[in-house]
Amino acid sequence: MKWEDRVHERNLVRWAADKPEVVVFSADLTNSTEIGLFKEKYPDRFYSFGMAEQNMMSAAGGMAREGFTPFVHTFAVFMYRRALDQIEMSIAYPNLKVRIVGFLPGITTPGGASHQAINDIGVFRTVPNMTILESGDATEVESVLDVAQSIDGPVYIRQLRGLIPRLFKEPMKFGKSRTLSKGNDVTLITSGIMTLEALKVIEPLKKRGVSIHHLHVSTHKPFTDETVLEAIENSKYGVITMENHTTIGGLGSAVAELMAENAIPKKLIRIGLRDTYAHGGSREYLMKYYQIDAISLVHAVERLLGETLSITEDDLVEPQVEVVEQVQKVEDL
Amino acid sequence: MSTGKEWVDQIKDVAKKVRRRVLEFTLKNGGGYLSQACSSADILSALYMKIMNLGPSVAPKIPLSFPGVPSKDNKKYFTGAGYNGPKEPHLDRFYLSPAHYALVLYAVLVETGRLAPEGLDMFNKDGSSVEMIGADHSPGLELMSGSLGQTLSQVLGIALARKRRGETGKNWVFMSDGEFMLGQTWEAIETLSFYKLDSVYVFIDANGQSADGKIETVNNVEPLKARLESFGTAAVEIDGHNVEQIVESVETPHKDRPLFIIARTSPYCGIDVLQKRAPKFHYIRITNELEKMELEEFLKLKYGGDRI
Repeated sequence: MKWEDRVHERNLVRWAADKPEVVVFSADLTNSTEIGLFKEKYPDRFYSFGMAEQNMMSAAGGMAREGFTPFVHTFAVFMYRRALDQIEMSIAYPNLKVRIVGFLPGITTPGGASHQAINDIGVFRTVPNMTILESGDATEVESVLDVAQSIDGPVYIRQLRGLIPRLFKEPMKFGKSRTLSKGNDVTLITSGIMTLEALKVIEPLKKRGVSIHHLHVSTHKPFTDETVLEAIENSKYGVITMENHTTIGGLGSAVAELMAENAIPKKLIRIGLRDTYAHGGSREYLMKYYQIDAISLVHAVERLLGETLSITEDDLVEPQVEVVEQVQKVEDL
Repeated sequence: MSTGKEWVDQIKDVAKKVRRRVLEFTLKNGGGYLSQACSSADILSALYMKIMNLGPSVAPKIPLSFPGVPSKDNKKYFTGAGYNGPKEPHLDRFYLSPAHYALVLYAVLVETGRLAPEGLDMFNKDGSSVEMIGADHSPGLELMSGSLGQTLSQVLGIALARKRRGETGKNWVFMSDGEFMLGQTWEAIETLSFYKLDSVYVFIDANGQSADGKIETVNNVEPLKARLESFGTAAVEIDGHNVEQIVESVETPHKDRPLFIIARTSPYCGIDVLQKRAPKFHYIRITNELEKMELEEFLKLKYGGDRI
């Protein structure tokens, strides 16, 4: 598996080259949100708003009204928390094409509670007209831009920065989950960085005779993928969701709503932050501390199966990307 | 003999009719944003009659009913921008920030021939686009401005976009002084200065009033002129009921700076009987027969009894 650095930074410059309508807004976090290169290449299309996010969000609405497409960049917390009223009244209500590119999802930052976006998906799911996308690897960090730009309305992109694994070859598709492995014991639905974490235990589980149907979700809203419903219906022991987000309002909630509305009587275990803020620390430490790591997934599978699987950290494997892509190709056909 | 200043009397006359119309609606509805008409009628009338370079209205004289909120599937959606004329590069734009001033704006649109008087029959009626607190679909409006303090930032975005396209039209914003309590207002001002947006003109109805009463008892926004200038804008202070001063104020030199016109106004100008309600003027609710009789008597004495 290949890890790549500053994927968004290079990709945005390449992607925006032939799109004069695309402008980039920054809130004093230009290099931290990987738009330094854009600023250098297209200074005329780069707008600095400083540390004043409420104003920036309303201004983005104003510019979108005039036919430009602002890609607003800052840390997600300073958008959905600090400037929610501005996002709602200046952007979402008028259904404007503003792309809200929010960084530092969940426990991906050691910056602590002030910097960790743990309930962004939950908040934005309640905002009418808003589309929500989340990147899970380098390919999605790149292709999410095309998906976002195809939407006639506001889009929130839960984006990754820095060192990112490349898991997928195929670009992200709007409203379509990826089938990463097929099975019928347990249906596992993951998003964002949790997909990589989950992939570490798929093989060890298989070795112990547990077949997992693993889906990766990148479109949180609208949440209408038939594949997800089918996978839930076909699971023998139940469903597990795994998200880098509080279990209230995010992927786990969306799956629970889907199951309830379709009267699917299966067990559901939601792995995620359990109604708590996190704190500053390394990703590995935080995943373990808040029990949202691969081993926690094993425990969830054990609970559904009602048996002990004796999988330890030593059994975890580096995800086999080739295997992933193979299934993906079958799905594409 | 012509003095060349007939327009002063014409604006004064329209402002008077605007106050009268808003008073009538307040009486009819048992309440309304009447003090806002008192303080802003001269400014808004001068803007529409003398200051702004707008094209003729391109919207129906009788407003259409509520078209549904904007969404990708709502093909019937419209904004109220058409009442301010077409959007052309050389033409001005107008944006009302305190959306509860809507009836004053509607009345100005009626008196300047952009809206039929009967259009106001729908005011504050269910299913109508002529809402009490104006929305994006209400006549003369196009932004969602009811959550105060967001319009200036939105106009900042619009002005930046118009600058990108090399447009020459000006962008006029009408604000209330209460909005200068909001942090976002100052974020917008510092950014307007940063981008040297001299295409943005802001009229402030400085009536010294907010919902709880006199602003100085609620929080403090003064000295407004000094604050604005320290944020890098050009600012001028005028008597907001002196039509000539209103019109002349927009000529204040402000190269590379947005221009803020602080119009000092009275919340009972033209309807003196309101004065006894001090210090609260935000929403005039007529709660007893005596008040109603008093205002009706005033309407009769000042404007002659006949309804418009």
